[in-house]
Amino acid sequence: MTQAFRIENGGLINRDKKLSFKFNGKTYFGYEGDTLASALLANGVHLVGRSFKYHRPRGFFGAGVDEPYAIVQLYRNGETEPNIKATEQELFEGLEAKSVNCWPSVNFDIGAINNFLKIFLPAGFYYKTFMWPKSFWYRIYEPFIRKAAGLGVASTKHDNERYEHKYEYCDLLIAGSGPSGLAGAYAAAKNGAKVILAEDKPRFGGSLLTSDVNIGNQSGKDWAQGIIAELKTMPNVVVKNRSQIFGYYDHNMLVMSEKVSDHLPATKKYHPNKRLWYIRAKEVLISSGSIERPIVFGNNDTPGVMLSSAAKEYLKVYGVLVGRKPLVFTNNDSGYETAIELKKHGVDSVILDSRKNPESEIIDEAKNLGINIKNSFVVVAAQGYKKVKSADIASISEDKKQLGKIENIQCDCICVSGFWTPTIHLASQSGNKTKFKEEIDAFVPGQSKQNEITLGAANGVFSLEETLKTSFTAGSELSKKITENDNKIAIPNVVEKKSSQHDKFWCVPLPKGKNYKRFLDFQNDVAVSDVEIALREGYRSIEHVKRYTTLGMATDQGKTSNLNGLQLVSEIENKVVPAVGHTTFRPPYTPVSIGAIVGREVGKHSKPTRKSPMHSWHEKNNAVFVDAGVWLRPRYYKKGNENLFEASKREAKNVRTNVGVCDVTTLGKIDVKGPDAAELLNRVYTNAWLKLPVGKARYGVMLREDGIVMDDGTTTRISENHYHMTTTTAQAANVLSHLEYYLQLVWPELNVNVVSTTEQWAGAAIAGPKSRDLLQKLFPNSDVSNEGLPFMGYMEGDLFGVKARIFRISFSGELAYEVNVESDYGNFMWEKIIEVGEEFNIQPYGTEALSTLRIEMGHVAGSELDGRTIPFDNALDGLVSKKKDFIGKRSLQRSAFIAEDRQRIVGVVPLDKQTSIPEGSHLVKDDKAPLPNPKLGHISASCWSVEYDNPFSLAILKDGKNMIGQKLFAMSPLKNKVIPVEIVSSHYVDPKGERVRS
Amino acid sequence: MLYINCPHCGMRSQNEFSYGGDASVKRPELNKEVSDEEWDNFVYNRKSLRGKHLELWQHISGCRQWIKVERDTATHAIFRTFKADEEVA
Ligand SMILES: [Zn+2]
Repeated sequence: MTQAFRIENGGLINRDKKLSFKFNGKTYFGYEGDTLASALLANGVHLVGRSFKYHRPRGFFGAGVDEPYAIVQLYRNGETEPNIKATEQELFEGLEAKSVNCWPSVNFDIGAINNFLKIFLPAGFYYKTFMWPKSFWYRIYEPFIRKAAGLGVASTKHDNERYEHKYEYCDLLIAGSGPSGLAGAYAAAKNGAKVILAEDKPRFGGSLLTSDVNIGNQSGKDWAQGIIAELKTMPNVVVKNRSQIFGYYDHNMLVMSEKVSDHLPATKKYHPNKRLWYIRAKEVLISSGSIERPIVFGNNDTPGVMLSSAAKEYLKVYGVLVGRKPLVFTNNDSGYETAIELKKHGVDSVILDSRKNPESEIIDEAKNLGINIKNSFVVVAAQGYKKVKSADIASISEDKKQLGKIENIQCDCICVSGFWTPTIHLASQSGNKTKFKEEIDAFVPGQSKQNEITLGAANGVFSLEETLKTSFTAGSELSKKITENDNKIAIPNVVEKKSSQHDKFWCVPLPKGKNYKRFLDFQNDVAVSDVEIALREGYRSIEHVKRYTTLGMATDQGKTSNLNGLQLVSEIENKVVPAVGHTTFRPPYTPVSIGAIVGREVGKHSKPTRKSPMHSWHEKNNAVFVDAGVWLRPRYYKKGNENLFEASKREAKNVRTNVGVCDVTTLGKIDVKGPDAAELLNRVYTNAWLKLPVGKARYGVMLREDGIVMDDGTTTRISENHYHMTTTTAQAANVLSHLEYYLQLVWPELNVNVVSTTEQWAGAAIAGPKSRDLLQKLFPNSDVSNEGLPFMGYMEGDLFGVKARIFRISFSGELAYEVNVESDYGNFMWEKIIEVGEEFNIQPYGTEALSTLRIEMGHVAGSELDGRTIPFDNALDGLVSKKKDFIGKRSLQRSAFIAEDRQRIVGVVPLDKQTSIPEGSHLVKDDKAPLPNPKLGHISASCWSVEYDNPFSLAILKDGKNMIGQKLFAMSPLKNKVIPVEIVSSHYVDPKGERVRS
Repeated sequence: MLYINCPHCGMRSQNEFSYGGDASVKRPELNKEVSDEEWDNFVYNRKSLRGKHLELWQHISGCRQWIKVERDTATHAIFRTFKADEEVA
C-alpha cells in the first residue's frame, strides 16, 4: 500500500529506510523516524480504536503525550504491552499493534450499541444502575463491563525484558528540551554546573521543531540542533531523549523513565528495556511547554478532528498530511500557523475564527497567501461516523450565544485550536500552589515550594524572545549559586511573528433542536451534558465532579480536558475559574510500566538471599530448602522417595536416639563488649545477669516497653567484659537496633559497644544422647565431660587445628552442644562433624525436625513469640525478676496482663491420636455453637511427636494454666476440620528437663 | 523520598534510615515508682502534630547512629538534625 498522505519532501524522517509494520493484521509501510501514529496517518488510516464508554470510533487527536484516543496493544519480539500511545510509539521494522476497546473489530464493534443507548448512560450511570440488585454485580454486570472496557490486555507471561534503576545527583535538572530548556541548560552548563536535560520525545527541540522562527540567524530547528550538539560534548552535561520526568517528590527528588529499547525491534543483549532514574537535583527547571486545548463542539470526537498543533507536527516532523481538505477552527493565531504550513505544501484550508476582527502579522501572512478566512464563525458539529466528511458551520454572535444559519461544508479533517494550556503537572506535584492567569485562561505555577522554577510556555509565556531571555538568565543565575562561576552568555537575536490576543471562547452552543454529544474528556467519554447532570445532582467540589463523571481520570490525566471542564463548571456555577479550582495533579504524569517501577527486584532478586557457609554441602546432600527471612535453610534432607513428613520424622527420631547435626549459622549473633556489658544485659533481659560467671551461658527473654516479648536467646560470657549474644534469626536486626537505641539515647552513660557478628560465625548444633561421645572425638584434648562442660557451660576448643567455641546449650531438649567456628571454616567443621559422627549414626536435620523437637519439648519460638504475648503466656514468667527493673517491666502490671484467666501456653493432643491439627485452628468449647463461636485460643505450632508417635500441638489458650485435662475442639474452617482434643502440659517430653543435664 | 542530613555522614536518602518516633519522649528512670498515667504517656500516648516535630531516625544502612530530626509533618521540610547527645535548643 502506498503512503498516500506522505508529502514528497520534508520532515525529519529518514526516507532511505522504509519499515513495514502491521496494524490490526494489515501490513503498511512507514519510515524510520515515524511514530506509529504518523505512519498510519501517512497511509490514510484514521480509525484506530473505540472510545471507552460509548465505543464511538476514535482517531488521532494529538501527536504526543497528550493523545487521549490512540491507545493500542503493542506486540514486540514475542511480548505484548497494553496502553501504548500510538503517538509516542516509534516505528520499527516488524512492529505489530492492535486496537483496544473494540470487539470483535474496530470496524464492527458490538459495544458501539452503547453509543445508541447513550441517553441511558449519563454521568453516574454505572454507580446508579449496576449497584442493584447486588447479586447481579458479580454474575452479570461486572463480567460484561470487564469485557467491554479496558485499555488493552496485560500479558500473563513472565516479562523477559530487563529493567534498571539508576540513582543520580545533579546541580540542575531540566524537564523538556524546548527553547527554554535548551537555553537554561546551555547557560548552566557554561557555568560548569552538572546538568541533566531530559526530553520525552525522540527528538530534542520541542516547539522549535515545528515553529517558523529564527534564532541567531538560523532557523529555530537548526539553532536547537547546534545547542544539543554542543551540550553533548560537555562532560558536565547529560542529555537524554525518550526520557519522561513523570514525578516530582519530596526534597527535589524526581523520577524519570527512560525508554531505552522501545523504539527497537528487540532489546539488545545486556540492555534494559527501560531505565528508571531517581534524580536528586539541587535545582529544577521545568520547561515542559504547553498543550493546545480543544474547542468543544458537536461530535468533536469524530476521527479527523484533531489539534491544529498536531496537524502541524505531523506535517513538519513526519511529512504527513492529516487531510487534503482541512477545516481549521481556532480562537487564536495558532490555527493560522497550521493553515500557513498546509498552504506551503499546496493544501488549501478554510479557517473559521471565532474572533470578529483579529489583526496580526501571522493573520496578514495567511491573508497574503490567499487562505479563505471566515471570522466570527464556528464549527457547530462534525459530520461523518468513522471519519469527518463535512462540518456544520455557522456564524456566531458577539456574545457567543446565538448561532447564525447553519451551512454544511465539505472537509476531511478539522484542526482545532482553543489556545494553550501550560503543562504545570511537575510544578504542582512539587507542592507549588498554582494560580490562574486571566490573560491565557489557564493555571500557571505560583510560589515555588521546592527548588523549582518554571519557564517558557509552561509558565504561560508564549513569546520566544522572552522565553529565551528568562531561561538563559535563569540558567546562569541558578548555576552561579552552585558553581560560583559567572560566564556571560550573549542572548541571540530572535525573529518571530507577533500574534494577537486569543478569544476567551471554548464551547460552541447547541443549535435549537439538536443534542450533539460535545465531549470534554475524550478518553473517558465525558460530555458537557454529563457535567451538567453532576452539577444538577448537587455535586459542587471539582474533586467530586471529577469522580462522579470521571472527567480527567483517564490515563491522560485530562491533559486536553481539564480546563474546558473547569470552564464549564465555572460557567454553570457562575463562579470564576480560580474559585472552582483545579483537581490535584499526582504522579505519574504519564503511565509508567510496572516493569520499570519494579526494576531488577523481580523473582530471586526481589530480596537478597543469604546462605550459610555450609550451603553447598546441604545442596550436595539433597537438602530441600525453605526461606527463613532472607536466609535459605535446609528444611529436610531427602532420602530416596521420602516426603517432608517422613524425612523430618526420621531426622527428629535420630536426634532422640543417636545424634543429629543442624546448621544454626542463621541465628543472630551480637558481640556485647565493655565494662558495663553486664549492666546492659541486666536492663534488657527480664532475668538477672550481674552474677553470670565467665564461661557460662544463660537463656534470656527481652521485652518491648509495652511488655510484649520481643525476642529470646542465650548469651554467653566469653571473658570479663565480653558477651556473645544470640537472637532468633528473624529478630536479629531489630534486636541490634533496640540495643543501639538504649545505648545511644537512653543510657549513653553505659560504656558498652554492640556489633553484629552473625556473619562472622558458622554454627552447628549437635544434639542427641550420643552427642557427648561425638564431641569428645572432635575435641580429644578438651574435657567435655558433664563436670568439665556442664549444662549452660562454655569453653574454647581446637577442632583439628581450627579455633572453635563450644556451648552446651539445647533447643531440642536433648543433651546438646553448639559449635561455632569462623565462617570460612564452617564447611570444614561441618564435614568433620559428619565424618567423625558416622560411627554414632549421625544424620543432619533440617528446620522441620528442629521444629518437631522444640514443639514436643514445649520450647517457644516465633510462632508463640508473635508480638502479642507476654512472658506469662509463654510460661516464661519464672524468668521475670521481681527484684530488678528492666525494659518493659512496668507494663507487666497492666490489669489485662495479670488477669486471673490470662492466656497461657498448653499442649494439645487429638483424642484419636491420629489427626494432625492445622496450625491456626481455633480452640472452642462447643463445636456446634452458633457463629461466631467464642474462641478460647489458637494452635500456634503443630508436629508429629516422634517420642510418642502421635500428633502434638502447642496452643495459646485462655486460662491455660487451669485447662490441663480439659476436652475441647480444634476448629479449622479453612481446612474444614473439627478435631476433638485434650489439653495437656506444653512440656510433652521430658517435663523435668533431665536430658539436657545428663 | 526525603533527603536527610545525618550529622555524622552528611546528606543521605531516606531509604538508608529507619524511623524511630517522637524524640521528645523521655523514658522514666529505672527503679523509680511510675504512675499508670506517666507510664501510659511514655509507652502509648503521642501527639499527632501537624507542623514542626522532633523525631528520631536511625541511619541503619550507614553509621547506625540514632539521630534527631526536626521535620514539618505537613510539608516534610527538614529544618535541622542533631546527634543523639546534642541538646535541641
Ligand atoms: Zn550516618
